[in-house]
Amino acid sequence: MEKLLELDNIHVSFQTYGGEVKAVRGVSFTLDKGESLAIVGESGSGKSVTSKSIMRLLPNKIGSIKQGSIKFQGKDLAKASERDMEKIRGAEISMIFQDPMTSLNPTMTIGKQIMEGLRKHQNMSKSEAKERAVNLLKLVGIPNPELRVDEYPHQFSGGMRQRVVIAIALSCNPKVLIADEPTTALDVTIQAQILDLMRDLQDKTGTAIILITHDLGVVANLAQRVAVMYGGMIVETGTVDEIFYKPKHPYTWGLLASMPKLNAESKELLAIPGTPPDLMNPPKGCPFAARCPYAMEVCLENMPEATDVSSSHKAACWLLDERAPKVEPPEEALVGGAR
Amino acid sequence: MAVVEREKLLEVKNLKKYFPAGKKGVLKAVDDVSFDIYKGETLGLVGESGCGKSTTGRTIIRLYDATEGEVLYEGDDVHDKKSRSELKKFNRKMQMIFQDPYASLNPRMTVKDIIAEGIDIHGLAKTKKDRENRVYELLETVGLNKEHANRYPHEFSGGQRQRIGIARALAVDPDFIIADEPISALDVSIQAQVVNLMMELQKERGLTYLFIAHDLSMVKHISDRVGVMYLGNIVELTTSDELYEEPLHPYTQALLSAIPVPDPELERSRERIILEGDVPSPINPPSGCRFRTRCPHAMDVCAAVKPKWQEAREGHWVACHLYDEEAVKQQN
Repeated sequence: MEKLLELDNIHVSFQTYGGEVKAVRGVSFTLDKGESLAIVGESGSGKSVTSKSIMRLLPNKIGSIKQGSIKFQGKDLAKASERDMEKIRGAEISMIFQDPMTSLNPTMTIGKQIMEGLRKHQNMSKSEAKERAVNLLKLVGIPNPELRVDEYPHQFSGGMRQRVVIAIALSCNPKVLIADEPTTALDVTIQAQILDLMRDLQDKTGTAIILITHDLGVVANLAQRVAVMYGGMIVETGTVDEIFYKPKHPYTWGLLASMPKLNAESKELLAIPGTPPDLMNPPKGCPFAARCPYAMEVCLENMPEATDVSSSHKAACWLLDERAPKVEPPEEALVGGAR
Repeated sequence: MAVVEREKLLEVKNLKKYFPAGKKGVLKAVDDVSFDIYKGETLGLVGESGCGKSTTGRTIIRLYDATEGEVLYEGDDVHDKKSRSELKKFNRKMQMIFQDPYASLNPRMTVKDIIAEGIDIHGLAKTKKDRENRVYELLETVGLNKEHANRYPHEFSGGQRQRIGIARALAVDPDFIIADEPISALDVSIQAQVVNLMMELQKERGLTYLFIAHDLSMVKHISDRVGVMYLGNIVELTTSDELYEEPLHPYTQALLSAIPVPDPELERSRERIILEGDVPSPINPPSGCRFRTRCPHAMDVCAAVKPKWQEAREGHWVACHLYDEEAVKQQN
């Protein structure tokens, strides 16, 4: 399949008063045309920073891509000029942010905000752009779009605002849509509406989606492929079925086991002890070693290489080395079909 | 689970909490809510934002004064006018854990002083040494250690801060704890740690919890019984297993079907009830049943009459005309 986006060994650092924070440490993945990839991880795992570096939205003075390339349709975005990026942002790659309350401009009408991108990237006239804005609002399921196009963000509810944000993101038919926790700020019934809408729109437009989230339920609902991040690295990647039914990395096991399951008997949750590593002084070996119940000496000293489990499934864990003891995932980590 | 023959710790009777909204408007955040909490159990309260679940919790502990209704704690009305000393005695029995571990700890106080505030107010420690030992003990109980006592809140992660919040609540040795979304600001793996801690403490100390949250799967996990709120009303209340296996109210059904499950195959095959539209404004709620504007089963009677709060099955309470034979008959 055609590779649309290819990240190769990306390193991102932030300069702070305390020193350099190595937020992303060697992330590589690819995104095919029209597919949906979920990046899962806890706060501080580097998932949002990775997505922001694709858009080159890192804070200018303190954050920078230290190393690696981001190939988008043959072009390296890591080295692209600000001018070139302006042509790509919103037109070729667009983004949906977490909080619909703060990602819209409160002083501009909804219509104007949708038209902004259309006027800039597609040289539409005002009336053309407005017509398209109304159509987009209709597409994302906003009733009375002709009237609501002239209203301001405060006149919309949270779920409706997120629909507007999606309309803006899709306005120029982007090839890649990055959704950074698109439903985290919403209630469950509204979340169901938005996930439904996103799946529906992907069928219609064929846009590739990078979904960033910490909610494994949302991942199971929307994603085809999954990358699990921890301590600034991708520790496991595979198809959604491989990650949920045949997980190989102890961190993925921990994530799956610490979620309560609606259909299961309630017993004690298997919590992951401890806290994520400090990325100011990242550990020498595997970032998860300090919290891993299966950690061996080698884990503390050397970073494991990504090992192929199948053609689409990779995990970076010393347990997959042939010399390592055989370890089975805990029962609590088994989901549905694997149970 | 036997619901009968258990001692009631708390009775909430027709509780109402209205807030003034604008010149003439009244926001009915909690509108006629009644339920009991039994000794030693965990009652979960779920609902979407704005449904009044937090206001209910805060009114029970008297952070808000009730507009109408009663909250009886061991038969004693919390909202009755009370002298300072009476209130103080009552405050020792009931404590609260807040949602945001970043905002609920005073950044200018050390952890020791934060935890010991209740001990000081109630004069529970006789000497400085005694006070210190109590704090150390509490820190250990919640899985921190005594080196942490002299640090400030900003030196801790979210999960650790929530542990400090729990230690503070435990400091006065309460019987009843209201936990208002105690885990929603935390990461998944840390959520499990805090929930496990809360369940352990309950076992050890025989605590009673009111657990307020919007995350239904976590609520099911921790609660014995669960109440579902919508727009200021409780629409359904039963044991957590029954609620998840056989939800009666259309809103509960929709809420349950809306939760994405971490199981891709199940997600692909599942039929969802997707509710149309948004929650109406609590300033001007719909007549009759408040859910009728989004309900897939709404009938004419739903607009006219407010559904009765009735026991549809043993221990399974619901407010919906679908389970009221008279109302259905009238309709046909």
